[in-house]
Amino acid sequence: MTIRNQPLIMTQTVLQSRGINKYFKDPVRVQVLKNIGFSVNQGEFVSVTGKSGCGKSTLLYILSTMDTDYEGDLLIDGDLMRGKSEGQLARIRNEKIGFVFQFHYLLNEFTVLKNVMLPGLKLQKYPEAEVEHRAMERLKTLGIAELAAKKANQLSGGEKQRVAIARALINDPIIIMGDEPTGNLDKKNSDIVFDIFKQLCEEFKQTLLIVTHDQSFAGNTNRIIEMEDGQIIHE
Amino acid sequence: MNYKLIVDIARSLLLARWRQSLVAAIGVTFSITMFIALLGFMNGLNDLLDGLILNRTPHVRLFNEIKPNPKQPVDQSADFKNSHNFIRSVKSSGVRVEISNSAAIMQALKTDPRVLGLAPKITAPVLYNSGTIDITGAVSGIDVIAESNLFFFSDYVTTGEPLDLKNISNSIVLGKGVAEKLLVDIGDVVQVTTSKGDRLPLKVVGFFESGIRDFDKVQSFASMATTQKLLRQSNSYVTDIQIKLKNLDQAPVVAKEYAQLFQTDAEDIQTANSQFETGSFVRTLISYVVGITLLIVAGFGIYNILNMMIYEKMDTIAILKATGFSGGDVRKIFLGIALTIGFLGGLLGLVFGFLLSLLIDQIPFNTAALPTIKTYPVNYNPVFYIIGIVFALITTYLAGFFPARKASAVDPVIIIRGK
Ligand SMILES: Nc1ncnc2c1ncn2[C@@H]1O[C@H](COP(=O)(O)OP(=O)(O)O)[C@@H](O)[C@H]1O
Ligand SMILES: [Mg+2]
Repeated sequence: MTIRNQPLIMTQTVLQSRGINKYFKDPVRVQVLKNIGFSVNQGEFVSVTGKSGCGKSTLLYILSTMDTDYEGDLLIDGDLMRGKSEGQLARIRNEKIGFVFQFHYLLNEFTVLKNVMLPGLKLQKYPEAEVEHRAMERLKTLGIAELAAKKANQLSGGEKQRVAIARALINDPIIIMGDEPTGNLDKKNSDIVFDIFKQLCEEFKQTLLIVTHDQSFAGNTNRIIEMEDGQIIHE
Repeated sequence: MNYKLIVDIARSLLLARWRQSLVAAIGVTFSITMFIALLGFMNGLNDLLDGLILNRTPHVRLFNEIKPNPKQPVDQSADFKNSHNFIRSVKSSGVRVEISNSAAIMQALKTDPRVLGLAPKITAPVLYNSGTIDITGAVSGIDVIAESNLFFFSDYVTTGEPLDLKNISNSIVLGKGVAEKLLVDIGDVVQVTTSKGDRLPLKVVGFFESGIRDFDKVQSFASMATTQKLLRQSNSYVTDIQIKLKNLDQAPVVAKEYAQLFQTDAEDIQTANSQFETGSFVRTLISYVVGITLLIVAGFGIYNILNMMIYEKMDTIAILKATGFSGGDVRKIFLGIALTIGFLGGLLGLVFGFLLSLLIDQIPFNTAALPTIKTYPVNYNPVFYIIGIVFALITTYLAGFFPARKASAVDPVIIIRGK
């Protein structure tokens, strides 16, 4: 499978945050992110760790452009996200970001194959038959090709998460983000998912930014960003 | 925009909740069914009632009204030119009810492209005598064939042969009410006396039922020749020229023009029967109000089901947005669901509405007043069907609009975090 054509310069910055502050105003104004600044380079496998409630998810929602209520700058693929319309941000998520959630979030109305295809059909870069072919390729890579025709709600947790990864890969995103993607899985399935991430990074030079509080998971990634109370305390 | 994908997703969501969707669609189907049946029936009635009068009313009627001369001598005197003249008890005089030069007028009318056809007529006030009783009434002298072609005369001759009027000399078709009062039957002879005292025995060849009782109690028909004979007039004597136009709406204009041109009075159908338009209008209005009310109720059904669907499908909406579908896409998906329900429900409503109309059309409806009507009247105007489906789509669009907007505004972060 060819996930994407790799650029020759491997140190290209895929994602950059500069001085990101985030406040929640409900019930009182609290600052949950304080001056977050870091960048992720092409091909890196980065993990974000920290205690529960330190702001990891909040940060990831901002980085994935779903949350636009923050201070500071976010650049994806060198492009500043500030001032973009809802439609433009949706397009960027569709094209450049693959997202893997803790709770799988597949669409139960559709088959596994269709779930993987949907973001590809939305992007309209390839015709439908080609999107289907690419979806099958990704399911094969993740070892779940035989599940293609099943309905999403007939799968086990580990299988669902692998389908979600396949879906995240369908449009060759420049970065895959995960919010505790193994948080809801047993040890065996967690290992499978981690191995997939590792494989994607090593074989296909896929950039990954994964939030986790699993220390052993984080320990096996290229780079660990450690957070505490909304700040990066260690890189 | 990728409409195929939007439609595909909308269909999947719809099928996942097909039971509720079906209930919503049935609501629309019911409304449209009633709407179509009601409009068809009401308009059938309208046509019938209008037909009662309008079928038999000329679009333009030329005649001479008995009225005082508008140019009184005093107005022509130079001495009183600048005065305001009061003249009391002016009498009508010297006016003939006969249309002079009627043959030439009819010839001219026949060449007018706006005219569909014309029928001359003589109206004569008479007394029917039977034994010791005299009944006031009127005999119309008509051209049976023209009258039948243009004003459906033969439809209303319920007993007897209308053409006998033409073929048998000194014959008469009596109004049903007149016949009942005179106690005469087909083949009997009635004595008819004109206002000048001339009397003529006429043979009864048929009975006439217009559906309007008061009319049937006074009116009878004879041929032009018989009536001219009755009135001791020449065979060019005509008091009315009845004109049917190709386009009814032109009547007022044409009437004005003819009054000028032929120096007679001319009355158009709109002026003669303005009250019938009001009745038709009210009936049509009622149909629309009922239909729209039903549709609004159905609309609330769709609104509820969509709201419920959105509530259940929050995860789906969040994931669609997280993977790159915009708020606009989500809105289109839910509007698509609403419109699908509306379109399919509406289409089925048209079919059922048509079937219900057919059923109404079979129900026997016999009334002495309407001899040609055997079942309830129904109008199958395709315009009602077009209006029906358009209404269904508009209502479902409006019912889907707010839920769809709500769906498009779902914040995926809140949903994903909420797990
Ligand atoms: N909608 C919200 N309103 C107010 N506070 C919130 C909201 N969402 C999260 N928080 C708070 O923000 C902090 C960071 O939350 P989160 O980013 O989910 O932490 P993590 O993912 O690291 O466990 C927590 O203290 C949490 O209670
Ligand atoms: Mg979290």
